[in-house]
Parts: sequence; structure tokens; C-alpha cells
Amino acid sequence: MEVTYLGVIIKAILILAIIAAIAGFGTYIERKVLAFMQRRLGPMHVGPYGLLQIAADGIKLFTKEDFIPQHANKFIFMLAPLITAATAFIALSAVPVFPDFTIFGIFVPSIASDINIGVLFVLGAMAAGLYGPLLAGMSQANKWGLIGAARTAAQFISYEVVTGLSLLAPIMIVGSLSLVDFNIYNETHTWMMFVQPLAFVLFLIAGFAETNRTPFDLIENESEIIAGYATEYSGMRWGMFFIGEYANMITIAVLASIIFMGGYTDLGFIPGWLAIILKIAFNFFLMLWVRASWPHVRPDQFMWLSWKILMPLAVANIVITGIVIMV
Amino acid sequence: MSLEQFKNRNVGTQNYRMLDLDPTPKTGWEQFKQVVSRTFSLELLVGLKVTMREMIKALFFGGSHTTKYPFEKLPIGPRYRAIHEMKRLLESGHYRCIGCGLCEKICPADAIRMDTEYDENQRKAVTEYTINFGRCIFCGYCAEVCPELAIVHGGRYETSSEQRSSFSLFDDMLTPLDQLASQKEFPGYGSVSRHADANIKKTPLAY
Repeated sequence: MEVTYLGVIIKAILILAIIAAIAGFGTYIERKVLAFMQRRLGPMHVGPYGLLQIAADGIKLFTKEDFIPQHANKFIFMLAPLITAATAFIALSAVPVFPDFTIFGIFVPSIASDINIGVLFVLGAMAAGLYGPLLAGMSQANKWGLIGAARTAAQFISYEVVTGLSLLAPIMIVGSLSLVDFNIYNETHTWMMFVQPLAFVLFLIAGFAETNRTPFDLIENESEIIAGYATEYSGMRWGMFFIGEYANMITIAVLASIIFMGGYTDLGFIPGWLAIILKIAFNFFLMLWVRASWPHVRPDQFMWLSWKILMPLAVANIVITGIVIMV
Repeated sequence: MSLEQFKNRNVGTQNYRMLDLDPTPKTGWEQFKQVVSRTFSLELLVGLKVTMREMIKALFFGGSHTTKYPFEKLPIGPRYRAIHEMKRLLESGHYRCIGCGLCEKICPADAIRMDTEYDENQRKAVTEYTINFGRCIFCGYCAEVCPELAIVHGGRYETSSEQRSSFSLFDDMLTPLDQLASQKEFPGYGSVSRHADANIKKTPLAY
């Protein structure tokens, strides 16, 4: 396996371009899916089936006034969206999406950097992304933003425990932190979700919390705290939060696909690259589906759930897995 | 939605179904049992099933409830009274208004203005007639006082406009000549009462 500078740069640009485009397309898909589940039509008028709505939204975001409140801490206020967007893309650098392939006679491993602490790096980068909402909420001199920041902190320490602990049992089984090794395990053994069903469910729940998706979208809960940390943001700064959120959704979908759902191994007659696209699409759709179906939880309910239910379950899962591995 | 469904708002006559809710748990142990039973009976998946069902219905069986409003309009109740209409005589096609000025006089919001003159037949003709919809309160007095049933309230309900003092001209409210045959006569408020013919009496002249 040969890693060249040029290859890494090309992959980085591809990740940025493709994921940003998919994040934009994701907003369209989300609006359409939610609309159909609520017996509406969704965007219809801009372009065929409302497809150009993405372009219209993009133009609107780019041309909006870049507004900074008078009493906000300007530097941190301007920095915060960058943190969210950047960490979301950084996390994707250690995630393999497709099987390795050869193009123009050059062997291409389809991962920007196969570092040996893959899972840890991805989770760490995503967790660092929480500085975005936290700093944004605290810098904007707005009470709703401050509540959003406080909720970010409370939510962060609640679910991050579950995310780590739920992944610990699969890591113990595989014996590696590299996501490529997870895929190899899925290929040689059965899918991890059948070996570790409890860890799979826990990881999905924590992943929903990690991406602020609906059952746990406490930090910008518009029915309670206007828009939480994003209250004072407008234009492209708000857009960067949005792109970061959607990139995180894609990352969680990819992680769930690779760690638990077989990754990019061939699935019967379906080739590996198509199989993982289908899995990622399903995981993404699951997030929208859940958003259409289930109500929010309150912050105290969420912390109760994380600390009193999910964390003991995760710990019990690890203990039992450890005993099984030893025996 | 058909007009019949739309008009049926009689609460209590539709088919309502009571939810069979479990009793609220009181002790901690009962709460725990409820959580466990709900978790393992997979109640959350029922919600997912409902939304998926609705999505499939909306996508493939036309179950969407959207009315694309400016392009599609729901039927409105037949007794709805909004923007005024000016009626024509069915026989001649001439407008019914005789320029008596009663509607202008009675209008409590001062919304109606009219100018009249004598035309070549020495008949009163309406030269100017406007209703200011920024002022009109849709009280219906103009339609009630009109001796000729010339002004009535119609079913057009879009009264918003770009200006506060948006007004409507006589010709805009007048029934178009080519649609005279389908001119709608309004029963009810401001129209001839049902037994009008029977109630007509000769003018008492025996004095």
C-alpha cells in the first residue's frame, strides 16, 4: 500500500466536495421525506420536484447579511461555525467508505488516512465538534444561545460515555481500532450487529444524540429555546453549522454501516461499493424516519436515559463480552 | 375533499374512538415494569410503522393532503358572503343598479362612493361606483338595502391587496356579459324572501 501526497490531497478534496454536496442534497431529502410522512408535498415549485430548492437555499445563505450581534465576542462568534464544519470533515478523513480499487493502474486505498486509531480519531474529532455549539452559544450574548450551550455541555457528557462504551465491546472482539479491520471482521465473520445487537442499538441511540437528531435535539430545540446555539447566526455561518450537522449524520451513518452492518463487503450479488451506499442511505433515512415519528425528550429525561439506562447496559455488555472472550 | 365532508363539522356525530390507556403507574416498581414492558413490546416501532405507512400512501396512493392553494381552492360554503358582486338584468343585460344611492347612504364604514347622471334616455346611469375594501366591514347593509338586488355579496374571499385603501370598480364587480346566463342569484340575506309573491299586497288607494 503506497500513500502519496497527491493521493491524500485528491481524497481530501473529494471528501470535502462530495460530502458538502451530499449535505446540501440531504436537506432536500429530509424535507421531502418528512413531507411525505406528514402527508404533505414538500418543496415542489423550484425546479422539477423542487430539486433546485437546494440551489435557491444556497444562494439565499450566501447572499444574506453576515450579522454579528453588538455584545457578542466577535472572534469566537466567527470561529465557532468553522469548528463544527471543520471537525465534521476531519472526522471523515479516517473513515473508509468504498473497497480499495485500482484506477489507471494505480492502486487506490479508498480512505484518506488509514491510521491505526481510526475509531478513536473519528469519535474524538466528532466530540471536538461540540466546541462549535458550545462556543457559539456562549459568545453570542443571547440567553437562548446560552441555554443551548449549557445543554450542549450537559448532553455531551451524557451521550459521549455511551458512545465510547457501546463501541468498546466490538473493539474488544475485533482487537483493533482501525475501521478497515472492522470491515475485515465483518467479511470473515458475520455482521457485528448480530454478534453485538445491544451495542448496535446503544451506538445508534448515542449517534442520534451525537448528531443532534430529533429524539435528542435538545441544543437547538426550536420549540423551547428558539434555535439554541444558532439563535443569532444567519447566512453562511449558520449554513456551516448546518453542513457540519449533515456531515456528522453521514459520518454516523458510515460508522454504523462499517462497524455493525457489514461495511463494504460484497452482499450476495450486490457489489461492495453499492452495498455500503445502500447501507449509508438506509441509516440516513432512519434518522429522518425517526424524526418524523418520535417526539423530543426533555433534557432531564435524556440525561436520565443516558446515565441510568444506557450506560449500565453498555457496561454490562462490556463485562459479558469480556467474560465470553476470556472463556 | 368534497363539499359534504367539508361542511360536516358537527362535533360528536363523527366516529370517535376512546384510547385504551393503561392506568398511570404510582410506585417506582410499577414505573419500572411499564418501562420494561414498553421496551420489549417494541412500542417505539409502532410509531415508525405509522409514518412509513403514511409515506407509502402519500407517495404511491395519492394520500397527500396538500391543496396547492393559489392554484387549487377548496369549495367554500354556499352561504359565505364576501366581496360584492353587481348583478345584471337577465332579460336586457343592463346592470340592475338604478343609482338610488341607498348603499352609499347606509354604509356604516363609508366605503361606497358613487356618481350618477341622467343618460340620453333620461334614465339614471352610474358613472362612478367604487367600494373601498380597506374600509368595508362586510356588514351586508348595502346588499340588504338595495331595492333592486343589484349589489350582493359573493363568494370571493381573497381580500388582501398591496394597498390599504384598495378599492373595486363597478365594472370589476359587474357580472360579465358573456356569463350572464350563469349569473348566480343569491337566496337568503338581501334577496327576495321566499314567499315574496304571496305577500305582495295592492297599494291601498281607498282613501
